[in-house]
Amino acid sequence: MAKVKSLADLRKMKEELQSKVHLREKADNPESLVQVKVGMGTSGIASGAKEVFNYLVDELEKRNIEAIVTQTGDMGYSYAEPTIEVTMPGSEPVVYGYVDVKKADEIIEKHIKHGDWVDGIIPANYRTIEDNK
Amino acid sequence: MKDLSQHILDIANNSIRAGATLIQISIAEEPEKDLYTLIIEDNGRGIPKDKIEQVCDPFYTSRTTRKVGLGIPLLKLNAERTGGWFSLTSEEGKGTTVKAVFKHKSVDRPAIGDISGTLSIVAATDPKIDLVYIHTNQSNEYIFDSRTIKRELGDILLSNPKIMRFIDEMISENLESINYTK
Repeated sequence: MAKVKSLADLRKMKEELQSKVHLREKADNPESLVQVKVGMGTSGIASGAKEVFNYLVDELEKRNIEAIVTQTGDMGYSYAEPTIEVTMPGSEPVVYGYVDVKKADEIIEKHIKHGDWVDGIIPANYRTIEDNK
Repeated sequence: MKDLSQHILDIANNSIRAGATLIQISIAEEPEKDLYTLIIEDNGRGIPKDKIEQVCDPFYTSRTTRKVGLGIPLLKLNAERTGGWFSLTSEEGKGTTVKAVFKHKSVDRPAIGDISGTLSIVAATDPKIDLVYIHTNQSNEYIFDSRTIKRELGDILLSNPKIMRFIDEMISENLESINYTK
């Protein structure tokens, strides 16, 4: 049977990473990086948020974009799942709805690489009926 | 929810929303007793006594309490469908424990799905949140503890894509080595 990965392998990997990892990628300064949050509440999961998550992690790395992709619970836009929130350094977060792999590709190429917003933004001032109660 | 890993991601997100800093997930396979047990425990703020009944009711929750939605009723339904059962205990200020027991042999028992990928995602959610996963298959056991990983990594984050992939593979290989049921 193939060897099972262990903490010793992690240590080796850490050394490799430390020689490459940019100082900025470290925990004390996450605001300086592109941050992407993928909504993974019940409705997000059910509509394929995990595929979008994996795609974003893989593609941002392949395209050499320093970004932190994490998951978050329900963002409250259950009608438009999967939803992702993109925060460019020094900017306000922007939320996109109905994000599939194709949309995610467009968001990486236009929004994240060039700062141009693409279709599918959920306006920040959107309020559900409940919010107005 | 297609499989157990999706339920786990869902319930773990309730814990995160409840301010938990430690989430412990365990799966115990006991084919000899025809049981397959999932327990998710957190140290979040807990659910008030008068709300516990309600979180299991899909019709009560939907909008006004955003903390828990359809996730819990769906898990409960899936457990009961196999002939198993479900329980939720919670104490305000201490945390919540969700337990779903499935009949191991039931054809309705959901497959575990991509558990390693799911755990690598949950572990990377926030540096302040720790995750412990214990999988026992009869006498074999595998324990993943994000605190151990963090100690090794120092200032490298678990959300680093290479680390996330490493954790995914490490968990998956270890589960293979204890012959877990897929």
